[in-house]
Amino acid sequence: MSDLITLTIDGRPVQAAPGTSILRAALDSGIYIPHLCDHPDLEPVGICRLCLVEIEGRRPTVSCKTPVEEGLVVRTSSADLDLIRKVNLELLIVNHDYNCQSCVKNSKCQLQKVTSYVGVDEKSLRRVRKPELDHPLDTSNPFFTRDMNKCVLCGICVRTCDEIQGDGCIDFAFRGTRTKISVLGDKPILESACVSCGECVARCPVGALVPVKFEEPAYEVETVCPYCGCGCGIIVGARGGRVVSSRAVPGNQVNRGSLCVKGRFGLGYVNHPGRLTALLIRKDGELVEAAWDEALALVAEKLNSYKGDQFAAIASAKCTSEDSYVIQKFARAVMGTNNIDHCARL
Amino acid sequence: MAGLATVLGSGAMTNTIAEIEDSSCILAIGTSTTDAHPIAGYRIKKAVRKGARLIVANPKAVDLCRFADLYLPIRPGSDVALLMGMARVIVEEGLMDQKYIEERCENFDEFKQALDAFPPAFVEEVTGVPREKIALAARLYAAGKPASILYCMGITQHSHGTDNVLAVSNLALLTGNLGKVSGGVNPLRGQNNVQGACDMGLLPNVFTGYQRVDNPEARAKFEKAWGCSLSGAPGLTHTEIFDAAYNGKIKALYLVGENPLLTEANASHAAEAIKKLDFFVVQDIFLTETARLADVVLPAATFAEKDGTFTNTERRVQRVRRVIEPVGQAKPDWWITCAVARAMGAQGFDFNSPAEIFNEIASLTPSYAGISYARLEQSGGIQWPCPTAEHPGTAILHTEKFATPSGKGKLVALQYRPPAEQPDAAYPLVLTTDRSLFQYHGTMTRRAPGLDGLNGEELVCINPADAKNLGVAGGDLVDVVSRRGRVKVKAKLTRRCRPGVVSMSFHFAECPTNVLTSPALDPVAKTPETKVCAVRIEKL
Repeated sequence: MSDLITLTIDGRPVQAAPGTSILRAALDSGIYIPHLCDHPDLEPVGICRLCLVEIEGRRPTVSCKTPVEEGLVVRTSSADLDLIRKVNLELLIVNHDYNCQSCVKNSKCQLQKVTSYVGVDEKSLRRVRKPELDHPLDTSNPFFTRDMNKCVLCGICVRTCDEIQGDGCIDFAFRGTRTKISVLGDKPILESACVSCGECVARCPVGALVPVKFEEPAYEVETVCPYCGCGCGIIVGARGGRVVSSRAVPGNQVNRGSLCVKGRFGLGYVNHPGRLTALLIRKDGELVEAAWDEALALVAEKLNSYKGDQFAAIASAKCTSEDSYVIQKFARAVMGTNNIDHCARL
Repeated sequence: MAGLATVLGSGAMTNTIAEIEDSSCILAIGTSTTDAHPIAGYRIKKAVRKGARLIVANPKAVDLCRFADLYLPIRPGSDVALLMGMARVIVEEGLMDQKYIEERCENFDEFKQALDAFPPAFVEEVTGVPREKIALAARLYAAGKPASILYCMGITQHSHGTDNVLAVSNLALLTGNLGKVSGGVNPLRGQNNVQGACDMGLLPNVFTGYQRVDNPEARAKFEKAWGCSLSGAPGLTHTEIFDAAYNGKIKALYLVGENPLLTEANASHAAEAIKKLDFFVVQDIFLTETARLADVVLPAATFAEKDGTFTNTERRVQRVRRVIEPVGQAKPDWWITCAVARAMGAQGFDFNSPAEIFNEIASLTPSYAGISYARLEQSGGIQWPCPTAEHPGTAILHTEKFATPSGKGKLVALQYRPPAEQPDAAYPLVLTTDRSLFQYHGTMTRRAPGLDGLNGEELVCINPADAKNLGVAGGDLVDVVSRRGRVKVKAKLTRRCRPGVVSMSFHFAECPTNVLTSPALDPVAKTPETKVCAVRIEKL
């Protein structure tokens, strides 16, 4: 680990590792610099021009693209900076549908944070505003909705699809005020090469990309995805005894903040109305409901008469290791057989 | 897994998923990584972006091919020929790591002799891939330092799956790629906890940590810990259990979390076997097609409703935590099994929590001995082997020596054996199975709202040339017929399948692909050959 670099931001001493951008160094030290296009998982591009700072001896600089240097003296706010930012912000949000209360991202929106910091002048905004917000909603994907009326063209989704997912199915399309994010041929996203991983949805700073039927979880728990052998760390949200959300554990060494379509959107089976919620016993050829005591007594009585190699157990690679340990111990120690296996070969 | 254990001493991924990113060459064989292991797929794409060479060997032009430097469209079941053919080029051109072979490997001379049986013309004929391409693959792989091999069910689900695995490890040993950062032999394990299940002794021949049941010392240790006497005779494997049930030798079956009517090769045989049982208990989260045949159905909790651990494909033990209460009468699987054991009057099943179970596991399993829930709370998981509480865990296996008795990695002289079932006049096409990104085995994904919208029906993928000969157009309903059964399915024309090969997934109960597949078993691993079966297509 190389030595930390010390610089001064707004008169406060700040330390950061070499290569860190001034923006990230400031944010990590609790100093807010408004920004929209920067994301910790992605290479900085410096296109929103909101994170401008003054560095002693230099012209205003985008802090997301400028690495820390020993002894730099940085100011994040001044009359000049505030004016530039305000103009830049107004140009960014002229086309933004700011009906915030009905937006899923309300209170978590980066644009709200930026506007509350920079301040917006309604009068000057009206001057540049486009007459109507007319991008149709793209509801083709079952898991997320694309609302280009809320897009601020930060390009985080474009870079995510390229840098994280590696597919690059979306990009900037058209020119000038008509610029928007689009798939090849400006078709609905479902008709593109998109694999619905939702990486862009997880990183969109505004309400342009939001999960369908999103419910805010009451609480979240860190656990592991139940699908494939990768074993991605997921944070599962729940409310009212139902699983309602899933997101990647940022620092997990397996998935490093990423998930696929199943881990992010595929946990709904837990809440499925068809879940087996009762015990069933076959009586006169029909499966009928029973209580635990009755079922356990029946299973115990029957299994007691099939000890040895006339018994076999097949368990599941979906269950926990503790579940697996207990059932192999049961087969070997109680039933007296090594007829125990699972679906590893399938 | 049985294969790797023989020659390397351990049957798990030798390296970590994150390391893939820094490989200089990746050979992805029998894996559609971006579909079946998407997150590992991200790492491959990243590696390619960083300049790694990617070689894809697969009968189907899987999504990964978009990123590949070289694609080898091999015939299903020709993997040994391909890999031994590559090894021959490496040896002939002197591209192997001589020093590594001398210091860390054994049996090189015998192995080298076996390569005589794989001249380029033969390999070309068996694999259907031009010899120049195979030589290029060999050179790319040998030049990649480090080079990583990734494989999946496309290697193991064959009647000679163990040979395939040995052929993979041969290549890695020959080029000195085992025990190195970003190198290795990396089986991508299918299910979330298939590694953990194997580690826990959910296998007929081993206790936890691969301690063999026929080893008297191991048995004595478990007899002492569990306070009972134990059988030293290895039990029956999954597929053999259904055969034994069919033949009346198995009379009672306790089946947890599985739906063999969908996943078992030759699935109609599994259904008949189940009907012959005297007593059949199923424990699951849904009333599956299989559970409907049970005498007793016990409702189990999902991963979101219980505590415990999963061990991933890179041997990383991670904590699973309860998010919500189990629904209705459902209970965690460990709780149910313990309750059954106690109802039968057994001792040693008084666990109050998964943590207590884990402590017993750690006390009996050297590779898990240093892991505890307390340590897992403080880290992002620990990779076994982790023998002591101070040990940091092991990211890369075999860095100094192999876990074999001699400490050396064994190069194995292999012969090419064709798949058990060959196409003929009556069944002229080869069916191979694969997995969709949007589905899993089906029990869960089919019930996750939305996933069906992305891929909601089975399709049989056919090369347009074959389709033309059959008079089949895209979207036509056809019957796919094998020696064991037939299913009705829509056709999809795609050049992703090479001529003569058709592919289907196996996620859909209404179209149970595995009634078609072959039950021919690998003699060592007892894995069924679901990746190769002869079929014909009948236009409806």
